[in-house]
Amino acid sequence: MSRARTPRPASGLRLPRAPLATRANALHAGAWWLWALGLATAASRTTNPLLLALIIAVAGYVVSARRTDAPWARAFGFFLVLGAVVVAVRVLFAIVLGSTVGGTHVLFTLPELPLPGWMEGVRLGGRVLAEGVLFSFYDGLRLATLLICLGAANALANPARLLKSLPGALYEAGVAVVVAMTFAPQLIGDVLRLRSARRLRGRPDRGLRALAGVALPVLEGALERSVALAAAMDARGYGRSARVPAAVRRTTAALTLGGLLGVCLGSYGLLAAGGAAFGLPVLLTGLAAALAGLWLGGRRAVRTRYRPDRWGVRAWLVSGSGVAVAALVVVAAATDPAALNPPTVPLTAPSLPLWPAAAVLCGLLPALVAPVPASARRDPHDSGDRTTPRATDHDTTTHRDTTTDRDETHRDETHRDSAGRQAGEATR
Amino acid sequence: MIRFDQVTVTYADAPEPAVRELDFELPEGELTLLVGPSGAGKSTLLGAVCGLVPHFTGGTLDGRVTVAGRDTRTHRPRELADVVGTVGQDPRAHFVTDNVEDELAYGMESLGLPPATMRQRVEETLDLLGLAELRDRPLTALSGGQQQRVAIGSVLTTHPRVLVLDEPTSALDPAAAEEVLAVLQRLVHDLGTTVLLAEHRLERVVQYADRVLLLPGPGAPAELGDPAEIMTRSPVRPPVVALGRLAGWSPLPLSVRDARRRAGPLRTRLAASGPAPAPRAPASSHAGDGPVAEVTGLSVRRGRGTVLHDVRLSVHPGESVALMGRNGAGKSTLLRTLVKMHRPAAGRVRVGGADPARTAPRDLLRLVGLVPQDPRDLLYAESVDDECAAADSDARATPGTCRALVARLLPEVRGASHPRDLSEGQRLALALSVVLTAAPPLLLLDEPTRGLDYAAKERLTEVLADLTRRGHAVVLATHDVELAAELAHRVVVLAEGEVVADGPTAEVVVASPSFAPQVAKILAPDGRLTVSEVARALATGAGDGDGDGDGDGQTNGAGDGDGAP
Repeated sequence: MSRARTPRPASGLRLPRAPLATRANALHAGAWWLWALGLATAASRTTNPLLLALIIAVAGYVVSARRTDAPWARAFGFFLVLGAVVVAVRVLFAIVLGSTVGGTHVLFTLPELPLPGWMEGVRLGGRVLAEGVLFSFYDGLRLATLLICLGAANALANPARLLKSLPGALYEAGVAVVVAMTFAPQLIGDVLRLRSARRLRGRPDRGLRALAGVALPVLEGALERSVALAAAMDARGYGRSARVPAAVRRTTAALTLGGLLGVCLGSYGLLAAGGAAFGLPVLLTGLAAALAGLWLGGRRAVRTRYRPDRWGVRAWLVSGSGVAVAALVVVAAATDPAALNPPTVPLTAPSLPLWPAAAVLCGLLPALVAPVPASARRDPHDSGDRTTPRATDHDTTTHRDTTTDRDETHRDETHRDSAGRQAGEATR
Repeated sequence: MIRFDQVTVTYADAPEPAVRELDFELPEGELTLLVGPSGAGKSTLLGAVCGLVPHFTGGTLDGRVTVAGRDTRTHRPRELADVVGTVGQDPRAHFVTDNVEDELAYGMESLGLPPATMRQRVEETLDLLGLAELRDRPLTALSGGQQQRVAIGSVLTTHPRVLVLDEPTSALDPAAAEEVLAVLQRLVHDLGTTVLLAEHRLERVVQYADRVLLLPGPGAPAELGDPAEIMTRSPVRPPVVALGRLAGWSPLPLSVRDARRRAGPLRTRLAASGPAPAPRAPASSHAGDGPVAEVTGLSVRRGRGTVLHDVRLSVHPGESVALMGRNGAGKSTLLRTLVKMHRPAAGRVRVGGADPARTAPRDLLRLVGLVPQDPRDLLYAESVDDECAAADSDARATPGTCRALVARLLPEVRGASHPRDLSEGQRLALALSVVLTAAPPLLLLDEPTRGLDYAAKERLTEVLADLTRRGHAVVLATHDVELAAELAHRVVVLAEGEVVADGPTAEVVVASPSFAPQVAKILAPDGRLTVSEVARALATGAGDGDGDGDGDGQTNGAGDGDGAP
């Protein structure tokens, strides 16, 4: 029951309240991504576990304050679990394979596995040092924080809207992704439905065999549905294109291909030793050519956009807060590397550096300025002694009406019933 | 507006053309209803209008189809998108985006309309279809009727001059169907849109049609004409027309209102032929046994919503019960709870004396069988024979049991055919045979008549009536009031997860304007519900009432009616 709560301004202090999200004031999906990437950049600059925890807390708070009920928003929990797994795996590797950090504090000693000579430098088991484990923990935590930042962007930004902001030439790819996104849940729904239908034939509905038994019908169903969708899309004008002169078409192809080639060469130059001189100019030229190609390619598409998200003040504030976090932490890392990367040899307790911490807190700004999704706003009112089914508000009203019609004992029963329901949900 | 010029469509690998030498013209601004039995080529004809046949489906189209002056031979479906709007049977297969507003705008985006125009048309369409409150909702959160309206809206925004709909009301409850039809009416009358729609449930739509296009059977020539005139020889007809034919009315009435105006003499004759029959009761030989299913105080929740609340129901052997109520009222959930597909949150469920939640699937199979909404959910095998063999071993029945049932219900189907290639009605019969292999005393059917034509429906009714005579109890969840009137001993109406009415069919359905069958509406306050009941009454009435000088015309009328096929 981790549902979002609206932040209430402290009594006495009247902050301007963020408006309810509607289509008109919806925050640009790109703003969320910039904000999250800012947090991720900050996370990549530090291994201080306290700062990293603060970044996770900031991201988590903003997500809980501003996410919707959409399926992608509910995936944030999955990213948290993924982060925990990353940390655990990283620490486990450090324990089993040892670490190069060195140190003096032996936690315990594992039996060491003798390895053949050609695997020199690799060690299995042996002494486990506190320094090495701690170092891996910091390192794992940093990676986990990066993942959680991406998870936050994923939870907050509507992927379909983000795809709508793509250049026209990439539109068709965008539609394919959106269709795939709606197909995946349908496919899962089909698997569940067919699996439970197996019971109607008197077959077990659990286990691998049940899953294998429904695979073929599910795929057949999915195929039928995609054919029907393709027909519907065709009949609705998908893929209409304007006629463009052959010269423009050829220029588009040349620009796009040449540009991408330039990007590859440029990146190679940047990464290769001693190639930095030609790397950057080639990369930039390539990028410009590719973008021009995309722009020209967009002229083939006749389509227009319905109510694209606008980049307004709130989008500036949200993305700006992310950029600010990144910039401030990068500066702090340059001026005070020791505070942001606390040494593990010798073992020291990390301390929370004040200024970088304050910088990270800038990332909370979206929780104040971003429009509140309708579902998140409604929540505080139904946190009382009864639970309101979210999707079926009117259900509950009729439910209450009928209860008042009936006798006292029955009403008691209903109340107990709903208390039981709450208890059931709390344990879930 | 739509012109078919000697059109013959032959699909690849098909021995016969799907439609042959269609030649007609549909004028602008009319609502044309396409009727015909399953397999007569209705979908092919609709597909040909929007260009999906043959551009998308393959096959060859001889002749010429022109829509608003554009030849579908040279225009692909996407190039017809601005003149033809197409809505298929399943609105969910039609949706490209994920919320209502974007879905309405999608077609216009593809056509490249300017943003200001798009915005204006979306707002207009939201109002026209009564979708304004739903504009931000995800499409998956909408009810069936709402989805259908969004699907229609999504093609209307491009202001097509022709609208093509394939069974727009089949999956809807009576009220939602009315909603959709009211919208279509409005489009035809206010905007001059040309509408071509195919529908099996003629009782819902025939009164709105300006013309009827009849495809009498595979390969037979199409007939286009005035609805009342075409209905006199149509092999598929709604109860109001069947009653009109029985009574020999001419021209045939198409709406309850027309029929009621003419039904005065018929009503007096029926009253003279004796009182309405006593409410249908299950055969008395089974009445003494205990109930095959008993549900008390049942509540079911899904997520945070209560789907069923304090439901009480008992079903006795030989009884057939119709569960009715709007989409989402909890009918399917109730059926599914009886076969352990949902866990009750509270209450007691007993099926054949056992608690389904504590019975292994293999044993539950012999107590209760459910034919789900989509019979394909039950069919996994590659051929009908394999399916039957699997059903025998699932049910631990003597090998051949299922095959014998299939032979009785589906004499025309070959054992090697793939279940997915069968027609809707054949698939239902196959699923029914699979379920009946275990001979469960209680049989549950979820929306069995969806997509069935009248002939298939009639066959289903006979099969089910026969089962109840032999002591099986049948519970069916249905929107089809005519089916309930024909078959059910008892009707249970669910609303918002609660039982709001439970009683003999005649009492419950006649009392409700949306659940009353057409015959009951026409003959009210007479208690007869179906044409066959009226026919029986007239036959006996004609027998003893010959001499009472009640009017020769009516006697002749009844004679005419009997003579009609």
